[in-house]
Amino acid sequence: MALLQISEPGMSAAPHQHRLAVGIDLGTTNSLVATVRSGMSTVLQDEHGHALLPSVVRYLSEQEIIVGHVALAQQSKDPINTIASVKRFMGRSLQDIADRAHIPYRFVAGDGAQSMLQIDTRAGLKSPVEISAEILKTLKLRAEKALGGELTGAVITVPAYFDDAQRQATKDAARLAGLHVLRLLNEPTAAAVAYGLDNAAEGVYVIYDLGGGTFDISILRLSKGVFEVLATNGDSALGGDDFDHRIYCWVLDQVRSNQQHFNPLNEEDTRLLLTKARQAKEWLTDNHEAQIVCKLSDGSFVDVTLTVDKFVELTQNLVTKTLSPTRKAMRDANLNIDEINGVVLVGGATRMPHIRHAVEDYFKQEPLTNLDPDKVVALGAAIQANVLAGNRSDDDLLLLDVTPLSLGLETMGGLVEKIIPRNATLPIARAQEFTTFKDGQTAMSIHVVQGERELVSDCRSLARFELRGIPPMAAGGARIRVTFQIDADGLLSVSAREQTSGVEANVVVKPSYGLSEETITGMLQSSFNAAESDKQARALREAIVDAERLIEAIQMALTQDGEQLLSAPEQQAIQANIQALQVLCKGQDSQAIHQASEALNHATETFAARRMDASVKQALAGQDLNSLEL
Amino acid sequence: MAITLTETAAKRVEKFLENRGKGIGLRLGVKTTGCSGMAYTLEFVDEMQAEDTSFESHGVKVIVDPKSLVYIDGTELDFTKEGLNEGFKFNNPNVKDECGCGESFTV
Repeated sequence: MALLQISEPGMSAAPHQHRLAVGIDLGTTNSLVATVRSGMSTVLQDEHGHALLPSVVRYLSEQEIIVGHVALAQQSKDPINTIASVKRFMGRSLQDIADRAHIPYRFVAGDGAQSMLQIDTRAGLKSPVEISAEILKTLKLRAEKALGGELTGAVITVPAYFDDAQRQATKDAARLAGLHVLRLLNEPTAAAVAYGLDNAAEGVYVIYDLGGGTFDISILRLSKGVFEVLATNGDSALGGDDFDHRIYCWVLDQVRSNQQHFNPLNEEDTRLLLTKARQAKEWLTDNHEAQIVCKLSDGSFVDVTLTVDKFVELTQNLVTKTLSPTRKAMRDANLNIDEINGVVLVGGATRMPHIRHAVEDYFKQEPLTNLDPDKVVALGAAIQANVLAGNRSDDDLLLLDVTPLSLGLETMGGLVEKIIPRNATLPIARAQEFTTFKDGQTAMSIHVVQGERELVSDCRSLARFELRGIPPMAAGGARIRVTFQIDADGLLSVSAREQTSGVEANVVVKPSYGLSEETITGMLQSSFNAAESDKQARALREAIVDAERLIEAIQMALTQDGEQLLSAPEQQAIQANIQALQVLCKGQDSQAIHQASEALNHATETFAARRMDASVKQALAGQDLNSLEL
Repeated sequence: MAITLTETAAKRVEKFLENRGKGIGLRLGVKTTGCSGMAYTLEFVDEMQAEDTSFESHGVKVIVDPKSLVYIDGTELDFTKEGLNEGFKFNNPNVKDECGCGESFTV
């Protein structure tokens, strides 16, 4: 007997056509799957009642793969073949992983310099996409058991700072796991949705996300049903695990000071003590002191008591460490504390009371905590999946995401022409017309870049392609329409079409992998810092491009009929002006280039007038006055 | 006759209504589709129609339209778990035959 769920009025599905949709939080430390049942978003548990699936994959052999708690428990036994925190490697090249010396895996570089790294395991080379797919498969299986049918689709969450490469890698992993991705959703946006913040008309919200090993702060603005990411910041090496580690170190100090002979810990003892430290941390959320008792492998006993006060003393500077990125994000977003309408806490570590207090003190308001901080992202993703799968009536607003960085293409002089601005809502398509720069130009190279800066060299190159077969025309004659299109998941395709002849070329941006979080925030920051120098750089390049075009036109005219129409001194005067301008073009002074261009223009006025006369004469020569259509 | 909820089902419905933040009760109905002719529907109710009949069971308002009532009168709605799955189940005395999955039936 099938079990039924309550639908929205008038939205009952026909039998066997239930649109089962899930939200998946594919996390660095843990992953979750949630769904909406009878209008209520709930996290799905496994057979043992676990909601969290540790994001750990162990390869036993080609066929045998273990995911989750068991893999986590075996991590120390088989570190090389047990991959944890694979999310950090998604869409990353080998060069992007700065601390790879401290990671036990056998990394292998991808095919190209910028392509995604791979990990050599017992089961062969595995890419981060394949490893993530194993986690997604496990969650998919859990969801299908819990919902009693095949999934229609899933919404998968990604950090707001994920670039195209990381988003594409996440989508690829889902496809590999046999999941239809309805949408990738930013994690902070999902948290906001879980709290129903999207139901408000508008507001500015802060999402404070302290996970196991990462800290992210995001500032979102909601207006007309669209969440715009105003700023993101964080610390990719700060999380709840650091709090455990502080306790662990303190316990060791205690034991050492009490015992004469203290044997060095083996790996098993370390793991045991870290587990005890984590349990103590969790216990202290609701209690004043925690007892840490265990027996080490050499037979000695550890028995210490940790008070809340001591714990706060040990870890207060970790809490303070989260406030620095928070302040930076607030500054980037150009906001004051009193402009924040709500603060959402995400991540298990935010259960610690001193973190809540610190956040409350900083933002001068009580953060939202009534949803489980471990589950809030998955719950929000499930709500969005339910809407996208068509289980809600149409008047429910669809939540949209925005582009993290502007997208544009390179124009003459290495300048960036932005086609799609930063924070544009997705999906989006924008087109702009370009033309040829030279007479008889038959091909055009299109260079797609991402970033906020004015010069191509300061932005990130995403793709290059060529439009060939443009019919030869005078410079400026061709009309080339370049269309940028981003789908709902933030993936870009670019096409170019010459309007008169219809020749076409396009590229789907399979971006060169590896734009790090720091790079993105760095790129944004530098665009703000460099606004003035960028403006000057743009003015300079534009002046140079204009000057070069002018020189080229004049030189062509001179070779055509300079001899006939100009005296030697007149020719020399023009040449002198050209040389002066050419020298200035190598310098940095756009104003001087403008002036010299003006001077050159002025110097050629007589020449231009004579050319005009000459061509009129030529056109009229030998013609009957009456036959002219005047 | 009447439509009733088990206590478990009633508690769940109350919880779901509270979570939804609006709605006056639960609508049970049948649709003429499905592999065995009829299929159950289960929906939240925001407004009652003039021709609807309503019942009260464990504090939950159950609403049925007259066409559906003839097929499901006497039904007890239960909430159960089967493995990892959980949901509502119709115990309908009028059913003569149902499809393998139980989502549709004939009377």
